[in-house]
Amino acid sequence: MEFKFSDREELLRKTVRDYAEKEIPPYMEAMEETGEFPVELLKGMGQMGILGVITAPEYGGTGMGALARVIVLEELGRVCPAIPMAIQVHHMCTYALGTWGNEEQKKKYLPPLCKGETMGVVAVTEPSGGSDVAGIQTTAKLEGDKYILNGRKCFITNSHHADTWIVIARTGEGGKGLSAFIVEKGFPGAKAGRKENKVGLRGANTGELAFTNCEVPKANLLGNEGDGMTTAIQDIVQCGRPGMAAVALGVLNGVLEQAAKFANERTLYGKSISKLQAIQWYIADIYADLEISRLLTYRVGWMIDQKINCAAESALAKQFACEAAARSARKAIEIHGSYGIMKEYAVQRLLRDALVTIPAGGTAEIAKLVMFRQALSMFGL
Amino acid sequence: MLDFEGPCRTLESPVKIMRIIVCLKPVPDPKHWNRLQLDPKTRTLVRKGIPSTINPLDRHALEAALTLREQEGGEVLIVSMAPEDSQPVLKEALAMGADRAVLLSDRMFAGSDTLGTAYVLSAGIERLGEFDLILCGDETIDGGTAQVSAQLAEFLGVPNVMHVSGLEAFPEKPWLVRSQIEHGYMVVEIEPPMVLSVVKSINTPRYVTLMNILEAEQKQIEVWSANDVTLSEPWAGLTGSPTQMADLFVPERKGMAEMITGDAKEQAAKLADRLHRLGFC
Repeated sequence: MEFKFSDREELLRKTVRDYAEKEIPPYMEAMEETGEFPVELLKGMGQMGILGVITAPEYGGTGMGALARVIVLEELGRVCPAIPMAIQVHHMCTYALGTWGNEEQKKKYLPPLCKGETMGVVAVTEPSGGSDVAGIQTTAKLEGDKYILNGRKCFITNSHHADTWIVIARTGEGGKGLSAFIVEKGFPGAKAGRKENKVGLRGANTGELAFTNCEVPKANLLGNEGDGMTTAIQDIVQCGRPGMAAVALGVLNGVLEQAAKFANERTLYGKSISKLQAIQWYIADIYADLEISRLLTYRVGWMIDQKINCAAESALAKQFACEAAARSARKAIEIHGSYGIMKEYAVQRLLRDALVTIPAGGTAEIAKLVMFRQALSMFGL
Repeated sequence: MLDFEGPCRTLESPVKIMRIIVCLKPVPDPKHWNRLQLDPKTRTLVRKGIPSTINPLDRHALEAALTLREQEGGEVLIVSMAPEDSQPVLKEALAMGADRAVLLSDRMFAGSDTLGTAYVLSAGIERLGEFDLILCGDETIDGGTAQVSAQLAEFLGVPNVMHVSGLEAFPEKPWLVRSQIEHGYMVVEIEPPMVLSVVKSINTPRYVTLMNILEAEQKQIEVWSANDVTLSEPWAGLTGSPTQMADLFVPERKGMAEMITGDAKEQAAKLADRLHRLGFC
């Protein structure tokens, strides 16, 4: 096994780190206050190649792959986890178009998404629930050369900034009655609805998408009718869950840095609190959570690049890293004492950010269900 | 082997392809300076285990070269004297947009002072052939002597301007070079070939993009040892360098400075907290 990053990956990490450290901080205060994603960053990220990291070069991307994507998201998240939250959902849109789109659809939608001229979103979850994909109620009825969509999607990241929506809707009965559509935000009957007011990852805008007799050209069916379940599940497995795990890596990096620096500078009983064993153990736990999460998440990136089935590994990385981020942020707050719950210290924000990663991209329980099935399959059960 | 032959502008045979050479030094990444150690025996920095990066002012020199190439055409070559494991740093320079890179690397070069460094660089540049412009950073963040560009110009027999904050090239007449001086700047008219060393204010270096990283994989770094260049004088390396370090030490810390980080609002809040903890308010 090879656990060393290539020169390409090391340079990629350095490059994105330099970019993130210089370009993102000026926006962070406003993101926290307004709950809005700084769309001004999109073009720069497009020029950097961040938005097209998993898109083929012929459609404006770099095609660097899933492991490169994890590195990119981790480095963005090291500075501000809300940024990769938005970008990872944007990637889910590019992944769906790149995987199931026909040539015309790819040529039309992918280049502007890669350049940052447009923003993307994938809309699966509905008010009735997100985990039960087969229970989707939004309908799409073919009338002439158009599908007419009716229904509502909720808790959608990038809802109010996205231009290109991948929407899963019902065209028939049961799980095989779902289809995916490319909806432009300007289509008649498409509307961004309520904006959510989240506790964390505030700079990643979340809200509803509503469809009232929304007219979608037949040419905007993504893949075939009835493929919607596959599109939704595969996009979540190959892109959504690794993406959320990478966002959690960003949180964990921030948590470890804040915890280590504070423990080193804070003095108590005449010495740095980093000399106290209780504090040392907290920091060791955070370090372990970060390193284990990294291994799990990088492995999924590598498996995707090698085209190895990784449904269980993807679920494991997502579930472990997101919960690790939350428990580590909690420990960092313990290290900070009362300072940890003051708004001017970053650890409170990191805990709020970590909590939001847990249900996003599939709950921990659904991830565990996938792992449970994998565990049983090891024994032919 | 790379082919460095090619048409090049000189004063006698003007304008074919402008050749710009950027001298670049890999230095310990400032983000890791808290881990730096000094070797009391060799009186040098122990660089092992510390990631290297492009010397910050050399990054500005490279940006100036790339901008000039975009305006006037031509090629940008990197020349560096450093250990062989510095190749990732040169790869980053290639990803920024340089066309080719030469790494002068030999155990014999280790410990060179500024004279030795300039001498080895000049030998490498002489092998490359004619050039229009050599760009350096004004100084490095590890040595900080700010001597190499002037010494290099002397070895190559071309004029040198330091503290350069602006540069305008003309095909048929002298270039205009703005050089920062104590209370302002002076504008120098100068004809290529020349050596310029730049200050930070000359430009804002570009980011390396993901596309650039992939493109750089097609570009080569050629490694030259002492045998690949002509060194007629014994000036390279620790023993050949006239500068002998009398001592190298970390100064005793007389006061404690605490750096408060974050944006203005965070810094103000942390400062208020700190003062409160110290009993001032």
